[in-house]
Amino acid sequence: MNQAQSQPCYHCGLPVADPNEYTATLDEQARSFCCPGCQAVAQAIHGSGLASFYQFRSELNLKPDTEIQKLNFEAYDLPELQKEFVFPADGESENLVQAQLLVEGITCAACVWLIEHRLQTLDGIERVSVNAATERLSIRWHKDKIRMSEILSAVFDIGYKLTPANEDQAQEKRQKEDRLSLMRLGVAGFGMMQVGMVAVALYTGASEQWMIYWRWVSLIIATPVVLFSARPFFNAAIRALRQKHLVMDVPVSIAIGFAYTASIWATLSASGEVYFDSVSMFTFFLLLGRYLEMRARHNNSLGNSKFAQLLPLTATLVRKGTNGESQTTVAQKSLKIGDIVAVGTGESVPCDGVIEDGETLIDESLLTGESSPVKKSVRDSVVAGSVNMESTVKIKVTAIGQQTRLSAIERLVESASLNKPYQIALADKLASYFVGAVLLFSVLIGGFWLWHEPSEALWIVLSVLVVTCPCALSLATPAAHAAALSRLRGAGLLVLNSDCLAALAKVDQVAFDKTGTLTVGKPQVVEYKSLNSLPEEEGLAIIAALEMGSSHPIAAAFQQWQGNKTARDVKNTIGSGVSGTIDTRQYRFGKAEFASETDKVLPAPSSGQWLLLSCESEPVAWVKLDDKLRESAKESVELFRERKMGVELISGDASDTVEKMAQALGINEYRAGCLPDEKLDIIQKHQDKQKVVMMVGDGINDVPVLSGADVSVAMSQATDLAQTRADCILLNADLTILYKAIVFAKRLRKTVKQNLTWALAYNGLALPLAALGYIPPWAAAIGMSLSSLIVVINALRLSRSELTAA
Amino acid sequence: MEILYILVPIALIFVFIAIKVLFWAINNGQYDDLNTEAHRILFDEQKKTNDSSPGKDSDKPQK
Repeated sequence: MNQAQSQPCYHCGLPVADPNEYTATLDEQARSFCCPGCQAVAQAIHGSGLASFYQFRSELNLKPDTEIQKLNFEAYDLPELQKEFVFPADGESENLVQAQLLVEGITCAACVWLIEHRLQTLDGIERVSVNAATERLSIRWHKDKIRMSEILSAVFDIGYKLTPANEDQAQEKRQKEDRLSLMRLGVAGFGMMQVGMVAVALYTGASEQWMIYWRWVSLIIATPVVLFSARPFFNAAIRALRQKHLVMDVPVSIAIGFAYTASIWATLSASGEVYFDSVSMFTFFLLLGRYLEMRARHNNSLGNSKFAQLLPLTATLVRKGTNGESQTTVAQKSLKIGDIVAVGTGESVPCDGVIEDGETLIDESLLTGESSPVKKSVRDSVVAGSVNMESTVKIKVTAIGQQTRLSAIERLVESASLNKPYQIALADKLASYFVGAVLLFSVLIGGFWLWHEPSEALWIVLSVLVVTCPCALSLATPAAHAAALSRLRGAGLLVLNSDCLAALAKVDQVAFDKTGTLTVGKPQVVEYKSLNSLPEEEGLAIIAALEMGSSHPIAAAFQQWQGNKTARDVKNTIGSGVSGTIDTRQYRFGKAEFASETDKVLPAPSSGQWLLLSCESEPVAWVKLDDKLRESAKESVELFRERKMGVELISGDASDTVEKMAQALGINEYRAGCLPDEKLDIIQKHQDKQKVVMMVGDGINDVPVLSGADVSVAMSQATDLAQTRADCILLNADLTILYKAIVFAKRLRKTVKQNLTWALAYNGLALPLAALGYIPPWAAAIGMSLSSLIVVINALRLSRSELTAA
Repeated sequence: MEILYILVPIALIFVFIAIKVLFWAINNGQYDDLNTEAHRILFDEQKKTNDSSPGKDSDKPQK
């Protein structure tokens, strides 16, 4: 056992408190674990003959969630629940069904292997596949041979949690879009290569008879490229024209469409020039850029989080019968107003309601953003989606479905994103003038040549259109954006929506959320005061051991001291503290009256949240917990203020800490106790004054305001929902990046302008020459490529530049 | 050179087949998750030597 002493947990890699407490002999080797959860999971993995998982994995596993061990998997066998996400698979047997499930806990590709192999050994599973990128499991099984709950518990045993991925249209649509654009790209790629080959024959000078043959061949190949691959451009152009504005897709469509039809005419009449190769190549490169952009956008698996997922799928309905109470598990959707439901520890509240019986702490961060739970007792109201932290309560349902506060927030998000101001991209604005000018010019030139030399008119007009092909113009913005996105990601700001870059350059008002944004968001140990000789390290290790199994937010503050000691007989007293035995001594930690076990309470050393540790009823040490400011918060606020930008603190927290924090940071404008809709109101008032607002937040309560701000930034620890709705995610906690990003966005705008100027200058030069009939097709092609290349190279300079605050 | 009149259409048929195969692969989900598939081949190779007999007993030493 000695060699195991210093080893971390075999499963999750966390430090092991007592190497002899949780052990298992696996493959003839003694292994130690940090908790019974890890032990059980590792045993289950070995027990199913999948031990090689531990050699395959490239990342450590997450610690299995022992708190939810008592999950009621049987509930998933309810037919009324299953009809939401289990569908009959098309097969010979009607018992063959399929479902899509979300997997929690996937850390690397080996997890995929583990889950798939575990499930494949079960009888009755037809097919199973896990996608690590989207964290989705798709499975087919015979429902007469195996039950849903057995599948879920088999996966739970090896350390992963499955939840049904219902409301899946968005994901399905995304997959369809993904596949379709890959097909379009594939066709354009094949077509480009084939037509290019044929074009060599044409350019090197084929004889008359062969020329017609080669033209027909390239016509056949280019047709699917134009009709299938280039379709998104045509669709977007038509949509824009219907709404009566011109976007980049309009000249692109005109160039592709006109060059293609003119080339068909040339093929049929054996005259003029054909441009099938240019058309295919142009389509391919534009599609390639769009495909890469889309892939990056789809790759973050956040896109599928929804408000509805905050609610549990089932609820425990309490029925009062003649012979006492009975509890049954029902689908959450079948609840009715007036029903009584029981909500256990760690469960989310399924509906809005009033507490009928019991007392508990409720995490209401979805309304306030505050992570510390609120005490609730009989007749207090609770909100759907909030989490019960301490003890089971019975709740009378007052609102369900669309009437809940949660749906109200959801509707707020929808309306906020509809009203979101949209900064029109510079290129699109230019495009409207450009297209108008080119079209007018072409008509004039066509008219002139019709009068002067009718047989040449069509070909001159065509060469005008090809030469002015908006290749460089349409690449000018996307190329610069792509370079900027990769640069910003390198600096720690992941931009999910590249449209926000235009707004980012104009930001003049910044609004911060408090908890989790300017602060770390979790209570931290800020001060330790020993009352006897117990050293700080040891005292904190004792507390860490006491708090080890607790899900209370306070417990997390001591996580870093875990591992040196273990406590036995740990008891959690709701709302007061914990007690336990370490090395034969009885320790208590929590509120002063709880820890000292007397009425004569020791006064706390100063204001703030002080907790007391006692040993055998003797006070030992005071520990102060507080939410710490992020290190970069002050510097970041100063940067904004120096540049005369408005900085504002908008918090859902009602306490006076908001004011203190605002003063400490030098923020003059602050609002406390704001509900989600009030936050949105504040932002919209600024927007009415023509200000461009950046909002930085993290909680579910920030989601509406994030959707409404011109630029929204979510912290990396933010809830999935907030990240989905934000334009950017701040990957590291460095808030000064925000200011640097604004400076960078201004530089980006400059680069885009340079690119556009160049593209226009090139077109302006080439147009008169083409109009006079001086430009042969090969020169037009070279000019087109060169001008595009210059635009791309200029954009690439951005990805190499430094992010500075100047 | 008249052979080109036959060869080029044949080449076009090949292109058509290639695109068909690509479409089949895309619709079959082959390109949905590029990351996992790259690793899977490594796992399966090891599996043959390590746990050729999946079952309750394989956590016992295999000698």
